[in-house]
Amino acid sequence: MSSQTKVSTCRYNYPSMLLGLKLGVVAVLWYIAYSALLPLTQWLTYSVLGLTRGSQLGESIAFFLYDVPKILLLLSAMIFGISIVRTFFSPERTRALLGGKRQGLGNTLAAMLGIVTPFCSCSAVPLFIGFVESGVPLGVTFSFLIAAPLINEVAVVLLYGLFGWRVAALYITSGLTIAIVAGFIIGKLNLERYVEDFVWQLQLAHGGAQEQLTWDIRVERAWGSVKDIVGKVWLYVVAGIAVGAAIHGYVPESALAGIMGKQAWWSVPAAVLLGVPLYSNAAGVIPIVSVLIEKGASLGTVLAFMMAVVGLSLPEMIILRRVLKPQLIAVFVGVLAGAIMITGYLFNFIV
Amino acid sequence: MVTVKILGSGCANCRRLEAMVQKVVTAKRLDVRLEEVTDYAEIMKYPILSTPGLVIDEKLVSAGRIPAESEIVQWLSAAGAV
Repeated sequence: MSSQTKVSTCRYNYPSMLLGLKLGVVAVLWYIAYSALLPLTQWLTYSVLGLTRGSQLGESIAFFLYDVPKILLLLSAMIFGISIVRTFFSPERTRALLGGKRQGLGNTLAAMLGIVTPFCSCSAVPLFIGFVESGVPLGVTFSFLIAAPLINEVAVVLLYGLFGWRVAALYITSGLTIAIVAGFIIGKLNLERYVEDFVWQLQLAHGGAQEQLTWDIRVERAWGSVKDIVGKVWLYVVAGIAVGAAIHGYVPESALAGIMGKQAWWSVPAAVLLGVPLYSNAAGVIPIVSVLIEKGASLGTVLAFMMAVVGLSLPEMIILRRVLKPQLIAVFVGVLAGAIMITGYLFNFIV
Repeated sequence: MVTVKILGSGCANCRRLEAMVQKVVTAKRLDVRLEEVTDYAEIMKYPILSTPGLVIDEKLVSAGRIPAESEIVQWLSAAGAV
């Protein structure tokens, strides 16, 4: 392992030809599999299984057979890609980049870094303490803590796979905006006294070793992430798509327009209030979300629900209680929920 | 005897790391004392920003991920546990 004092002249090395070749082959295979999915599953459903086109059972089965492998392929590609990007970032580097930046700029940078810095919600506490103790402003730290779980790659790829790139881009942009604005507001409220006292009294240790990574290691870790996350999430994806397929085939159009449509003004707050205490990974929620929209629920309401589920989780709040006093947690949840609600209304309005 | 500490508050990843280290120690019959550190004031005494963290003889060797078994074996050998 390299020590802190060694200075390397070339910070990033290049992938070897062999590795590049292997990656190229995998990419081509992936593309072939992806393109073959629709014709293959249509053939399976209507020719092999002999179901009738347009029938409820036929529609449901075709939807299911097509969407499961499609989502899994997209998920694998996305997780691989973003894991490679993440090997170039670390919480230590993010902290160094954010230290001392003033509000506004700091919030924006923090939110963007929240997307690419590796983060797991159990790290929320060490990260919070580490950032805040080294001079990253409280509001900026919150922008990071909001963006990281909210704009998660599983959610983005599922939205892209089911709704197309516009909705996925909309989700990322609104997630960033929410993180920046909510963090900024919390920063302006000067709530430092609601951080648990011991945090301010800690003497931070310094000098963690920076890892020098080769491309072989980067690819190995990215592949490990793919296996790890897909392994955890595939069952939820299948279950979610199964439910979605059932609704797709059997529930009539516009069935939900009444309760979840634009006309019901209270649907956005209700969706957020329902979503906050729920905790799910994005994989299970989104396929259901897609079919709700198909059946008449409006995009804003449903996205607000999704963000409330994914962005605010009870386990994370419980963990943060170790470093935040209840008043600050309440402000955090309140500001974030409020920002999500406004986004929900906005989407209902413009989309 | 080598002291190994797992830094983390008990989430699934921290448990996995501990299980992995335990497995290596048992399989290779290493002379290791394994400790779990869950108190944040104690955890932050090491230069760590994301858990789980692995500390061998008071040196932080890994943070924020589950290292491969081969890496754990390598570090433990270097620390003299083998």
